[in-house]
Amino acid sequence: MKPHKRQILLRLFVSTLYLSAFTFGGGYVIVTLLKNKFVDQYHWIEEDEMLDLVAIAQSSPGAVAVNGAIVVGYRLAGIAGAAVSVLGAILPPMLFLSVISVFYDAFSSQPSVAALLGGMRAGVGAVIVSAVWDMEKKVAESRDTAQTVILVVSFILSCFCNVNVLWILLGAAAFGLLRALWEKKRKGGRA
Amino acid sequence: MTLLRLFFSFLQIGALSFGGGYAAMPLIQDQIVTVHGWISMDTFADLVAIAEMTPGPIAVNAATFVGTRIAGPAGAIIATLGCILPSCIFVTLLACLYTRYRSLRLLQQTLLALRPAIVAIIAKAGVSILIAAFFLDGTLRLSGDNLSVRRIGFFIFALFLLRKTKCSPILAMVLCGVLEMAFSAFAALPA
Repeated sequence: MKPHKRQILLRLFVSTLYLSAFTFGGGYVIVTLLKNKFVDQYHWIEEDEMLDLVAIAQSSPGAVAVNGAIVVGYRLAGIAGAAVSVLGAILPPMLFLSVISVFYDAFSSQPSVAALLGGMRAGVGAVIVSAVWDMEKKVAESRDTAQTVILVVSFILSCFCNVNVLWILLGAAAFGLLRALWEKKRKGGRA
Repeated sequence: MTLLRLFFSFLQIGALSFGGGYAAMPLIQDQIVTVHGWISMDTFADLVAIAEMTPGPIAVNAATFVGTRIAGPAGAIIATLGCILPSCIFVTLLACLYTRYRSLRLLQQTLLALRPAIVAIIAKAGVSILIAAFFLDGTLRLSGDNLSVRRIGFFIFALFLLRKTKCSPILAMVLCGVLEMAFSAFAALPA
């Protein structure tokens, strides 16, 4: 049974709004929950197709949660669907952070709040170090020397030579593209 | 003018943050702390901690937080629009291309080389956050009144919790904050 388009739009909005408001732990969690909702619960998207949509969300720039909402919305109801889902995905964080922003200005100079925030800086540093640790392990596990070289060179350039992040990203992307094209050509030549 | 600058800053952040998760963090730091000086490194570290504790992607959180502080609600909306616009364009474009060619291999291989570079710049952002956490005036001046040994202890404690137990990042951060609050309240007591 194919539901009415307005019903799809409403469900898209409510689902992305709900998922965005109550999901902690980043984009990959949201993508899994989107799959649960639209593949397993509503049966509007096939499992295989959903994997492709997730690949698109992860290969695009920007937050994975926003990309996931856009691609699912677009697939189900075109541009209107994408617009409705992205609105649902960004409204909750916008509301939370506008309120926090106002409170931050009013309270951050109070001694006890300043101490709380200062201690939390040490904690968030640990969270980032731990995340980098996991990501570095993945790069090492790839057993691809080029990836390790890129990691080390990028870190040295960024940390000790103050090279702008933009150039580092563009350099790595250019290298990756050339390498992919070269490998494609080599494989093509052999076939 | 400010609104336009906000828009283009976050447009750049949205367009270049490939890889999800923390990938946007170094780009946000570059734009809002280094290039425009809209917030201090201390406030940026607080923002990352706040983003970790609230739902929603860090780029949308940062856009709302900085936008509100610089130009009120209009700033929040403009900055958020800037940061999701590249996603909207890229994801729909990719979805169209994908339905035609059924393959994202070239793009995914290019992104493979981008991944280690992203890990490196996230590590660099982590280093800046740790400097903001450990050195009270934000510079690498080694002296008893500037370097907080206590916070280095909290950092090691939090890292231990994150790696050796199933402690959630939010709990680890809040613990560090509460400990710092308790210690500074204790230090402020008359002898």
